[in-house]
Amino acid sequence: MNNPFRVRGHGHVDPDTTLSFTFDGRTYTGHPGDTLASALLANGVHHVADSIKYGRPRGVLAAGAEEPNALVQIEAPFPEPMLTATTVELYEGLVARGLSGQGRLSDRPDPARYDTLHAHCDLLVVGAGPAGLAATLTAARSGARVILVDELPQPGGSLLGSQELLDGAPATTWAGDVIAELGTCADVQVLRRTTAFGHYDDGLVLALEKRTDHLGAAAPAHVSRQRIWRIRARQVVHATGAHERPVAFDDNDRPGIMLAGSARTYLNRFGVLPGRRGVVFTTNDSAYPAALELAEAGVRIAAVVDAREEVPEHWRTACEERGIDLRAGHVVTGTSGTGRVSRAHVAAFAQGRLGDRRGVDCDLLLVSGGWNPAVALFSQARGALRYDAEAGAFVPAQPLDTVRTAGSAGGTFTLSGCLADGADAARRALAAIGGTGRAVSLPATVPLPATVPLSDGAPAQVLWRVPSPRDGQDGTHQFVDLQRDALVSDVLRATGAGLRSVEHVKRYTTIGTAHDQGRTSGVMTSGIVAEALGVDIADLGTTRFRPPVVPVAFAALAGRNRGELFDPVRVTALHPWHVEHGALFENVGQWKRPWYYPGAGETMEEAVLRESRAARTGVALMDGSTLGKIDVQGPDAGVLLDRLYTNVMSTLEVGRIRYGVMCGVDGMVVDDGTVIRVAEQEFLLTTTTGNAAKVLEWMEEWLQTEWPGLRVHLTSVTEHWATIPLVGPRSRDVLALVAPGLDVGNDAFPFMSWRDATVAGVAARVCRISFSGELAYEINVPAWYGIGVWEALLAAGDAFGITPYGTETMHVLRAEKAYPVIGQDTDGTVTPQDLGMSWVVSGKKPDFVGKRSFTRAENRRDDRKRLVGLLPADERVLLPEGAQIIATSGIPEPPVPMLGHVTSSYRSAALGRTFALALVRSGTERIGDTLYVPLDGRTVPVTVTDPVLFDQEGTRRDG
Amino acid sequence: MQLIACPWCGKREETEFHYGGQAHVAYPEDPYALDDEQWAQYVFFRDNPRGPFTERWVHAAGCRRWFNALRDTVTHEFLAVHDSRTDQPATASTALASQRRKGQEAGR
Amino acid sequence: MTVETPARFSPLSAWQDRLARLPAGVRVRELPFLSQLTLRAEPGGAAAKAVEGCLDVTLPGPSRAEMSGDVKVLWTGPDEWLLVAPDGRREELVPRLRAAVGDGFATVTDVSAQRTTLALSGPLVRAVLAQGCAIDLDRRVTPVGSCLTTLLAQAPITLVVRGEAASSVWLLVRSSFASYVAAWLLDACTEYRGG
Repeated sequence: MNNPFRVRGHGHVDPDTTLSFTFDGRTYTGHPGDTLASALLANGVHHVADSIKYGRPRGVLAAGAEEPNALVQIEAPFPEPMLTATTVELYEGLVARGLSGQGRLSDRPDPARYDTLHAHCDLLVVGAGPAGLAATLTAARSGARVILVDELPQPGGSLLGSQELLDGAPATTWAGDVIAELGTCADVQVLRRTTAFGHYDDGLVLALEKRTDHLGAAAPAHVSRQRIWRIRARQVVHATGAHERPVAFDDNDRPGIMLAGSARTYLNRFGVLPGRRGVVFTTNDSAYPAALELAEAGVRIAAVVDAREEVPEHWRTACEERGIDLRAGHVVTGTSGTGRVSRAHVAAFAQGRLGDRRGVDCDLLLVSGGWNPAVALFSQARGALRYDAEAGAFVPAQPLDTVRTAGSAGGTFTLSGCLADGADAARRALAAIGGTGRAVSLPATVPLPATVPLSDGAPAQVLWRVPSPRDGQDGTHQFVDLQRDALVSDVLRATGAGLRSVEHVKRYTTIGTAHDQGRTSGVMTSGIVAEALGVDIADLGTTRFRPPVVPVAFAALAGRNRGELFDPVRVTALHPWHVEHGALFENVGQWKRPWYYPGAGETMEEAVLRESRAARTGVALMDGSTLGKIDVQGPDAGVLLDRLYTNVMSTLEVGRIRYGVMCGVDGMVVDDGTVIRVAEQEFLLTTTTGNAAKVLEWMEEWLQTEWPGLRVHLTSVTEHWATIPLVGPRSRDVLALVAPGLDVGNDAFPFMSWRDATVAGVAARVCRISFSGELAYEINVPAWYGIGVWEALLAAGDAFGITPYGTETMHVLRAEKAYPVIGQDTDGTVTPQDLGMSWVVSGKKPDFVGKRSFTRAENRRDDRKRLVGLLPADERVLLPEGAQIIATSGIPEPPVPMLGHVTSSYRSAALGRTFALALVRSGTERIGDTLYVPLDGRTVPVTVTDPVLFDQEGTRRDG
Repeated sequence: MQLIACPWCGKREETEFHYGGQAHVAYPEDPYALDDEQWAQYVFFRDNPRGPFTERWVHAAGCRRWFNALRDTVTHEFLAVHDSRTDQPATASTALASQRRKGQEAGR
Repeated sequence: MTVETPARFSPLSAWQDRLARLPAGVRVRELPFLSQLTLRAEPGGAAAKAVEGCLDVTLPGPSRAEMSGDVKVLWTGPDEWLLVAPDGRREELVPRLRAAVGDGFATVTDVSAQRTTLALSGPLVRAVLAQGCAIDLDRRVTPVGSCLTTLLAQAPITLVVRGEAASSVWLLVRSSFASYVAAWLLDACTEYRGG
């Protein structure tokens, strides 16, 4: 027989459709509207998994996200670990198994899509229970922009789990009517299956929408499976409800032990009886409707055990009428059972003393220790909490300017109160942003005794735990956190060890650190700690609530920022050519730069040797477009540059180029590059690829905050230009071919000058600069023409064996000449003098940024690290960049005195050997010395040299 | 994700901004009149108060303008932003004003 | 050796086919090779007035664009505008504007190839942009004529609202980010492809 524990006439599942699913290898059936947990219970399956530490059988404690026990691994259609059976909607073909606290990630890539959507509203309402619906309706009728999020597939929240009537009809009918009306409002958005999991600054709430999870294998591939909503709300109402909490007693962890309100939910939302013979253990009124409704539906309630001496008359009468044995002033002290609970042990309890125990047979033990308002989001929003001694719970102390709670989230537990509170919260929220909430007529509720959770009938008794009848092992079988297998005795051990803060106890015991965030254990822990220490729980407080409120998959958080969209890939205008011609790429910041262009069967080493040989003996070209370019215009352009560069720029003639270095106020090199004077009032400077944005921002900071009177404007033109260095002894020949109108002679077009010329038919700016030491030109054209000019250069250079080269060869060429790369050969602690570039530091200028620091004692020390060359004794050894340098051939006992480190290291075609640049303490004085680089357990001897290793006379730059 | 009110563009998400450290640390009139220690004070030392702090921010992904802001380092709340050229207040505080301090100190 | 003027390629020239196959409800077209100039001038000053006279437009205020004329003017900062004109106008506009400014303090920089322009239109545009743009594109908050320099996903953009509720927008995208933005837009439209 299918679903032996399903009862007719109850629940919101669709009985006409049957879904087949597999749990722990066995096939079962359920219905649309079921969760995995309700479907298992409908089939009489209570044992979900064994506990993580003690291996004890565990079942379903709750009906929602607060579930600590029923963890499952989904195996099909796609593996997903660590879901709670109470929140997994049932679908056809679901395959799952119970988990002992640890799941398994798939070893296949997840084929599903995940995305993110930004949304904005006047009012965000979290929760579609009675308070949330009343709040949303009030705001919607007032014309506000409203978003309502709710974690369930259907509206109603707690109403789904009750038999409440509103206006004489089932309350869920009212909920459906409200949702239908909201659907007609253009400015209202209702998001189902959506859990707000974090409340952040300035009204930002993140919510996770499970869009296609419930469709299983039928989920359409093009629709995102889960979506992160980034909702920016001017006002937020948390109508997040309350979570029932258990009471700790001996062996309180067996399958068949369930929160009373959850059992009521299984009956009323799913039409499922969680057992046949129940015992109800409560400290408050809210368990009575559960007992009565379950009894009505066919569960034999063997006893209601109420810790209170005084039980309200109407509950007494109701029990009597149904023949239910009511034991006031009693508690459940423990349970028996093999696997599932089979007996509850009941004893009188007064003044902290237990009476004689008596067993009551049952297969279901319902527990209610009171209700904790779901204040996690409110607390994240920095809302203060206060302890409500009557409810035994922490409740919001007062609303915030932009955030308020409504309904049981705020400690209001009657249905009529929740409805009124929701409407009121919406009106206050709208008033706070200058709007008016229209009064909404709320549906009529039925007076007691048929109430939602805590009635306003009789006070609850606050009871965290029942003393253990077992002498000497206090609390050893009383579980606080079922997921972490943490016991009352663990809490007492923590306080016994001297811990006083619930935060410390949490970390000592791991209570509250599982997927459920301690919803059923957190406040109980505070209560037990307070009792143990003899302090007021109000002073002790709770542990801090942090996002996410529910577990969120990393895939959802990543959204579409995966694969090619993980991080922006910036490309130059020439990129398609590089791809087409087999370049391998190097990531430089977000840029893709050609690294080298391997020929058929060529290794990187061979390709780089070939490319550098072409640049040194023939002609080669590269894509230099990523260099940062900043246009500096205005009458005071020269003044600004004189203040920011270490050398003088204002004297540069139009048509000429100067190399410059910028330092911070600390005198350390920030960036370097060339500066060309375009016109009397216009310069164009280049920056290192990775520093372009930073340098512009830094220049703007000086200009805008320190020297706002300077009449000069800065504009980034990095991507306007395609930049092509044409390098090598034959570069002049190639340029002459493509720029017939340009006099390329050395006198007409000398080193460090620029000319506007037509290159390959395009108006270009050609600069005679060199980053290789060779005769070289840098051809700049608007980026649209980049590929055309590049191809024209290749065609013209064909006869000379023109060779495209990448960044690796660029580095070899520049390092042979000791041209530093800022950020590679420097690290923010290196002055121009350390680089051997005193020549770039003006002695004439009265001041510039960094100058004063050059004369600081620290920066004038003789033993500063200086840039030098290193030649390994073995010409084949390539030193790793970053390798340390020491003075001795043996590695001394630590601490080993370090003299410096390798900053650049390459294999040189021109030198026929490996070489390196390094920052070495007193490096200049050590030229000619032998030092050692520890490498793979040995040391490599290296000779310190002048950093310039190739063409020290500089004869090659003029061709 | 905080919102920061750019004096020119209005409220934007904080990822559009870059931080520039303490504001009103002027470049010394005559650096060469300072001894090494005084100069080091300018280069390396900044205030680090608990509470309101005047800072420089730049709307890096927007109008590229630097501005001064008064921010509470405890709550991160921006109490005011100023156009750095005039240093006049440009807008009032962003939302979530006083309530933050009332926040859940007990839960710390 | 004779040389012909080589062909021009816009940053998204290789993307035209893919952009042409978007689902109904969103159209994305690159407007390549527009002339774009950065204008810097103190608003209300003599130089700014000279530019306004020269172009016969009013320089728009913060977060606004003036899109009615031949030369469109996009506010990008308190003393900064992006002038956008049809292809081929840059060579003429730069000297004309500089002449108009004369000895006043305003600067004009040719940045035509620095960015490319995407024209998006259709009822789904707002939803597509909401996947990566944190700004509220509701028509009451961001009306037609709004011009916002911000982030779309992880790319810097300038967004001009041309139709109600972002039913038509321009996105000005830095050239190096253009293929990232194109890939992002295509991926964002997957949702609407309907199986």
